[in-house]
Amino acid sequence: MTYEVPVAPGEKAEIEETTELSGESWPMWEVFVRAHRGISHVHIGSLHAPDVETALENARDVYTRRGEGVSVWVVPSTEVHAFEPDAAADYVEANEKVYRLATTYEIPEEVGQM
Amino acid sequence: MVVMSPEEQFQAIIDAEDKIEPPDWMPDGYRKTLIRQIAQHAHSEVIGMQPEANWITRAPTLYRKAILIAKVQDEAGHGLYLYSAAETLGVKRDEMQELLHQGKHKYSSIFNYPTLSWADMGTIGWLVDGAAITNQVMLTRGSYGPYARAMVRICKEESFHQRQGYEVLIRLCQGSPEQKAMAQDSINRWWWPALMMFGPHDSDSTHTEQSMKWKIKRVTNDDLRQQFVDMTVRQADYLGLELPDPDLRWNEERGHYDFGDIDWEEFWHVVKGNGPMNRERVAHKVKAWKDGAWVREAATAHAKKREARSAA
Ligand SMILES: [Fe+2]
Ligand SMILES: [Fe+2]
Ligand SMILES: [Fe+2]
Repeated sequence: MTYEVPVAPGEKAEIEETTELSGESWPMWEVFVRAHRGISHVHIGSLHAPDVETALENARDVYTRRGEGVSVWVVPSTEVHAFEPDAAADYVEANEKVYRLATTYEIPEEVGQM
Repeated sequence: MVVMSPEEQFQAIIDAEDKIEPPDWMPDGYRKTLIRQIAQHAHSEVIGMQPEANWITRAPTLYRKAILIAKVQDEAGHGLYLYSAAETLGVKRDEMQELLHQGKHKYSSIFNYPTLSWADMGTIGWLVDGAAITNQVMLTRGSYGPYARAMVRICKEESFHQRQGYEVLIRLCQGSPEQKAMAQDSINRWWWPALMMFGPHDSDSTHTEQSMKWKIKRVTNDDLRQQFVDMTVRQADYLGLELPDPDLRWNEERGHYDFGDIDWEEFWHVVKGNGPMNRERVAHKVKAWKDGAWVREAATAHAKKREARSAA
C-alpha cells in the first residue's frame, strides 16, 4: 500500500487503463450538497445511476450518511459546461483591472468608515 | 516576461502548494501514476469489505452487527469517492472494475489475509484502518485536487472505523481469559501484515523521488511506518496485549521505537497474488458482480421505459 502499488521485481510499473466491456454503463451524475440552511450547494463528487431517482437515492446514501447535508442536487455530468482550460488567460486579465476593486480608492480618514 | 513551459507551470502550481485540477495540463507520468494509485486505492476499499462482511452474521450483539454493517457500507462509499476521483483523469469506473476482475489491477495486500475470529474485527479496525489513516492523512495534502478532497471525506469516516475496532479489543481484553487470548492471537496474526501496508523500504521503492516532487506522496514508506509503530505501542500496552516482535523497544537516542525486520519474502508473495485469500477475494467480487447483473439490467430497462413514456 501506501496505496502506491508496489512493483514486484521483474514486473512492469504501468497498468492497463481500458478494456472491453460487456453490458451497458450507466450515465454519470454530478452531486451537489447543501451542508445546512443559509449556504449554497457545493459540488462533492459524482456517481453512476440509470435514472434521476436512483441517482438521488444513491447520492443521499453515499454522500450524506452522517448529516452532511440538508439538500442534494444531482445533475447529468454531460449537462455541466465549462470554459476550456486555455480561457484562464481571461481571468488573469481581469486581475489587472484594479480600478474595479474598492481598495484602490483612498478615502480621507476624517469621513469615517466607507 | 519569462514564458514557462506547460511542465514548468504545472510544477510551479505544485511548488506553491496549490492543487492540480482535472482540466489542467499534466505530464503523462503524473496522470498515469495517479490512475494507478487511485484505482488500486478504490479497489482496496471495495475488496476490503469482504474480510469484515464475513463476520456480519456472527457479530456477538445486534449493536456490534449494526456498527459492522455501517463500517462495511462506509468502505463501499470510499470506493465510490475514489472511482469518482479517478474518473476525472479520463478513465471509466466500469473499465477499472473490469480490469480488477481480470486480475490486471491490484488492491492492498492486507485484504488477502483471512478473518478467523471475532477479535479480527477489532484488530482490523485498530491496526488496518489505523495504518490506512496514517497513509490517508498524508494523502489529504496530495497535489491532485479530486483525490485530496476524497481523502478528507474518507479520513473523517476512518476515525470511526479505528475507534470502534479498538473498543472491540478493550471489551475482549476486559473479558474472560479466553477472550483476551483470542485478542492476542488476532494481534499476532495481523501485526506484521499491518506493517507491510506501508510498502517496501524506501531503498527498494521505485519512483519515490518523482512522486515526492509531484507531491503525490509526501512522506516516505519507512517514515510513515515508524510514525505508525510509535503511535501504536502505547495503545497495545493499554490493552495489555503484546506486539509480536522481540526487537521492539524504545530507542532513546532516535526518539522512536526500534522494531524487527519485515518478512519481505511473504510481502512479495502476497503482492504477486499468492497470499492465503487472493484468489478467493477476486472470485467473490466477480461472482457478486455477475449475480447482480439482473438488478442492473432491470434498472436500465426501467429507466428506458420511463424515459420513453415521458417522451410520448
Ligand atoms: Fe476505507
Ligand atoms: Fe482506505
Ligand atoms: Fe476503513
